[in-house]
Amino acid sequence: MPTIYIDNKPYEVKAGKNLLETCLTLGLDLPYFCWHPALGSVGACRQCAITLFKDKEDTQGRIVMSCMEPVKEGACISVSNATAKAFRGQVIEWLMTNHPHDCPVCDEGGCCHLQDMTVMTGHNYRRYQYKKRTYLNQYLGPLLNHEMNRCIQCYRCVRFYKDYAGGEDLNVFAAHHHVYFGREKDGILQSPFSGNLVEVCPTGVFTDKTLKQHYTRKWDLTAAPSVCQHCSLGCNTTAGERYGKIRSITNRYNGAVNGYFLCDRGRFGYEFVNDENRITQPLIRNRVPEAVDEQSLMDHLKLLLTQSRTLIGIGSSRASVESNFALRQLVGSENFYQGVSLDEAALGKLIASILQSGAVHTPSLKEMEQADAVLVLGEDIWNTAPIMALSVRQAVMNSAAANALQQTSIAGWHDAAVRELVQDNKGFLANAGLTASPLDDISTCTLHATPHDIAVMGFAIAHAIHPGLPEVPQLNNELAAKAAQIAKALQQAKRPLIISGPSCYNEAMIKAAFDIAGALNTGERKAMLSYVLPACNSMTLAMMQAPSFEKSIDRINDNTVVIILEQDLYRSIPPAKANAFFNRCKNLIVLDSLHNGTTEKAQVLIPAATMAEADGTLINNEGRAQRYYQVFVPTTGMVKESWKWFWQMRSLQTSSGNGLELHPNDWLTKLEKTLPQFNGISRVSYPPEFRIHGQAIPREPHRYSGRTAMLANLAVSEPKPLQDNDSPLSFTMEGYPNRPPASLIPFFWAPGWNSIQSVNKYQQETGGALSGGDPGIRLLEQKTGTPTAYFTDIPEALPAPRNKWLLLPAYHIFGSDELSAYSAAIRELCPEPYIGLSTQDTAELGITDGKNITLVAEGEEYTYPLKIQEHLCNGIVLLPAGLPGMPALTWGSWATIAPSLKNNAV
Amino acid sequence: MERPLTINIHPGQPPLNLKEYESVGGYAAVRKAVTNLTPQEVQQLVQESNLKGRGGAGFNTGFKWSFVPMGPDAPTTKYLIANADEMEPGTFKDRLLLEGNPHQLIEGMIIAAYAIQANIAYVFLRWAYKKAAELITKGIQEAYAKGYLGKNILGSPFSLDMYLHTGVGRYMCGEETALLNALEGKRATPRAKPPFPQVSGLFGKPTIVNNVETFCCVPHIINNGAAWFKSLSYSEDGGTKLYGVSGKVKRPGAWELPMGITMRELIEEHAGGMKNGYRLKGVLPGGASTDFLTDKHLDIKLDFKSVSAAGSRLGTGTMIVMDDATCPVGFVHNLQHFFAQESCGWCTPCREGLPWVEKILWSIENGNGREEDMELLQMHTRLLGPGNTFCALAPGAMEPLQSAIKYFGDDFLTHIKEKKCPYQ
Repeated sequence: MPTIYIDNKPYEVKAGKNLLETCLTLGLDLPYFCWHPALGSVGACRQCAITLFKDKEDTQGRIVMSCMEPVKEGACISVSNATAKAFRGQVIEWLMTNHPHDCPVCDEGGCCHLQDMTVMTGHNYRRYQYKKRTYLNQYLGPLLNHEMNRCIQCYRCVRFYKDYAGGEDLNVFAAHHHVYFGREKDGILQSPFSGNLVEVCPTGVFTDKTLKQHYTRKWDLTAAPSVCQHCSLGCNTTAGERYGKIRSITNRYNGAVNGYFLCDRGRFGYEFVNDENRITQPLIRNRVPEAVDEQSLMDHLKLLLTQSRTLIGIGSSRASVESNFALRQLVGSENFYQGVSLDEAALGKLIASILQSGAVHTPSLKEMEQADAVLVLGEDIWNTAPIMALSVRQAVMNSAAANALQQTSIAGWHDAAVRELVQDNKGFLANAGLTASPLDDISTCTLHATPHDIAVMGFAIAHAIHPGLPEVPQLNNELAAKAAQIAKALQQAKRPLIISGPSCYNEAMIKAAFDIAGALNTGERKAMLSYVLPACNSMTLAMMQAPSFEKSIDRINDNTVVIILEQDLYRSIPPAKANAFFNRCKNLIVLDSLHNGTTEKAQVLIPAATMAEADGTLINNEGRAQRYYQVFVPTTGMVKESWKWFWQMRSLQTSSGNGLELHPNDWLTKLEKTLPQFNGISRVSYPPEFRIHGQAIPREPHRYSGRTAMLANLAVSEPKPLQDNDSPLSFTMEGYPNRPPASLIPFFWAPGWNSIQSVNKYQQETGGALSGGDPGIRLLEQKTGTPTAYFTDIPEALPAPRNKWLLLPAYHIFGSDELSAYSAAIRELCPEPYIGLSTQDTAELGITDGKNITLVAEGEEYTYPLKIQEHLCNGIVLLPAGLPGMPALTWGSWATIAPSLKNNAV
Repeated sequence: MERPLTINIHPGQPPLNLKEYESVGGYAAVRKAVTNLTPQEVQQLVQESNLKGRGGAGFNTGFKWSFVPMGPDAPTTKYLIANADEMEPGTFKDRLLLEGNPHQLIEGMIIAAYAIQANIAYVFLRWAYKKAAELITKGIQEAYAKGYLGKNILGSPFSLDMYLHTGVGRYMCGEETALLNALEGKRATPRAKPPFPQVSGLFGKPTIVNNVETFCCVPHIINNGAAWFKSLSYSEDGGTKLYGVSGKVKRPGAWELPMGITMRELIEEHAGGMKNGYRLKGVLPGGASTDFLTDKHLDIKLDFKSVSAAGSRLGTGTMIVMDDATCPVGFVHNLQHFFAQESCGWCTPCREGLPWVEKILWSIENGNGREEDMELLQMHTRLLGPGNTFCALAPGAMEPLQSAIKYFGDDFLTHIKEKKCPYQ
């Protein structure tokens, strides 16, 4: 490790870094704007100037930009000398010449990097006394505000949006001091990662439009570490609350998972918590009134639960491990099901068993970014796991950069030079899907095909890599050629990554993905295999091997009590089937947070807490268990974590109500004892009694205001702070004032660093793991020496029935997820329902784009406008999955299509 | 007195076509280079001739070429670019060469491309030079037809394609790395060095960018040798130089003269001295981005080293003479308006500092100046220095300002004190 001298003090530092990241890693305060740990250096803003001396004798030195200077053995620099400080102060004064100084009305105020850096450099009084230049702002859609006058031209927005995330519709226009960052004309930003501009922008040009609807300063938020509920990746988030409403979601850095970025579904999909449709009171149907108090509920439940009836529990892929396990304990393992279709449960079970075998390594998102060849087999990750698509993009870019840099002495952090060298070269990505994906733009090899063809191509790739595996009979030329090309590229890689998932409802595809990864695993080559799952906690139910509730139907009679946990079965199976199921349920208890088709069927409806009012654990697609923490205690109604309700029911059942409370960690300890595949999960968090120097971790920042006034309209005395018995977090400003352990960081804030850029102060090194290690406990580690049990059952091609189409789901980042679609902004971006067919099929049916057509599946008719899918192959009909108001269908079944009888009567 | 670069340029007459150019010895140097000399020998010869870049920086041309990776491991694509984006205020010498003898440029570029084994060459031409665009297009066509461009030039293994690219009229594109970005279709912002273009230039490939006049010297060096080229000069920098004079002199114009003639000779003899009734107050010796010199400096030699020693730069060698009836504040304001407008907007000091400077000067010129404005101007001249900004644009802009304050500071103070421009 080289030694450098900063202000005459020696430091051992890491080679290969630039001086800015080195100084920040050492904990020194050095202001910057254009540099970003995920975006690298370009040297534009000139804010991070330091003095570099020739040697120890040199007293003059010269100004250099620390972000553009590599660490060199023996280098002597000064951060604090007068010349560099004066220059940094002047850079701020220049930047501020045209800044509107509108902090009091700016949404960024109080969490603004520009404010922080201005204070850090000491610039106070402006000497510029001329008119400021002004800009027109643009409408950028429902997610982001645009206020260009605040811009300090750091170029980070376009570098993130275009270079990092591959967006095309945000650009930089004009020149000199008229440089403008925006779209060519007003319109909705097209990238599903646009929300990151809120955090990438060092000031208030791009701000959260949803936050503006119920604006609160960062310092007034009660915040807690949370985990995104809107797909299976488990991105870490910070949820902030005031007055019982979630106000915003911001990124919670986790070096192994989401790093610095979230997708827009995750960032803006929080408003279900605040929805008017929330269930806040227990209901007992056919009582007058139906809403009951807790005692009446308990009395009723006691009757239901103790009259020696069979209990059937239906677990939820969007409820916590604790809630699912508590239900399983309540009903008994043999009576525990999950609320998804037979097919979905089977696919989940297959994926879990593959990963649990330990034969291959399933990577974190961070590891995926290091892949040097990627194959996506049939999963539409852009829409089902957006941040994974962003990671795959980084893999493609990073491997191209690694290739280009081999022959040069250019450092990887020198972003502009690296991009120049790389040009349009990309690392290897093969993307096989049903239809076009934005990932196709960066793919070396693209295949649009049926699930069967994608799967057999997968087996052909596995065979090409490992000739001992069976050959695919009668493979067509296109598939054979692509299989050969992909196999070759994967074999040339050191860290190949295979991605698949259940979204095509095709078991063979999942098996083929495993075979490829297994075949690639050699001593030299470490293959990575990643499966996307349908929901945020699908992995837990798959690991519990919970069968589909469809299997329970025959067991339900008039005496059975069915308990459904936080799942709308109408989203899992077609309405007719679901109705048939509910018709059998005479005693139905439903716990959920929002009214839906299933809650309407409940005889007893119990208000469940959302992630904002609950502590709980989720297991993401890589088997990483992560705890989310209650953000606030709802002041109205009787909302409670489902696991708490189940514990109460358990007490009723056993009449053991001795007041003993179970905390999340207690459930997890029990879970480990009951199901050893969850071993280690109890380490996911600290026990509730954990304290640092006797202090809990405060959810409120030290500048939280108004707590003596907030409830003064109800009572003038300040209420006693609420107690949190389930976690080491407190609901107050008081507590441990410094950096908490990584998994317990309620907000990022450091002295002098009020904005989210303060994450620097929480990391071991800039852009690296959080101090103390990134949160999460991985439960699915590869076990060395595990033999690879290949799948050899290559499916035969089944000819499509005459005039039938294979019915498959089309996923939409905005719309396919249940909870995020409650956010008005997200709903605005959801597509309208449609029926998608290939161009040729459309022509043969003689129907035109946009006209209504009718799909008949399992005897039910569904009429929607036709949307021609240019890249879809023939014989498939796509319907958007999970759109609000759209019924579930039996995906993977055969359907017929007819021009609508109601066709265009208009 | 030899003037090899302009000997075949006859103002008022069309330039030589290829055949005529050949008849005066044109393309003999290409023949000599590609058939008799190795690329290394060409590089060596140019290095020995002490030809220094005529775009303003004055770096040894052959030495610059020597950084290009050569040999079998070098990238197969390399680029050679003529910087013909002549936009320095007061500078018009490349235009003379472009319009006067386009084949001389094309020949120089072919030889230079051979020296670095480049296979693609571009002429990056200022948008407004419409006539030059026509002539170069025609010249390139003629050269292709005659086998001086294209595959296997003159039967040798060396091949070269040449294209004309016209810019959109940004001063910034004269900066070699911004020129590369513009040529790639990107925003004309400069690039950080290292990596240098010789290693990672256009499209990330090794690239040499030289000024038009620099290339025009090359055929003559090949034909006549390094010693001859050095002997043309009155100074240690080799060759002749195209000097220009504008301002209130009797005969503004451009002349090819031995490198290192004195400023006095240039202004008084070639430009005919000041117009009657005007006195020389200051000179920007090498374009708008060089420091003022005054009548006290008339006897300095106009070569790179001597002008530097006097506190300015030879730059492009085309000088702007400021007379005593012109207000220095207004003069400098005009320059700063240009530089502020031509800033690419990439780095903070240039993007935000230059408009501030421009506004201060405008306010002083209009009688609204304050004493503290002088401190602000000084601050800018100090802090917009080399290394503080991303490229040389802002430091260049500060050169006339800092020297104007140094030599004509009283004029600034009079403006502030009298609250008006004393020249109006």
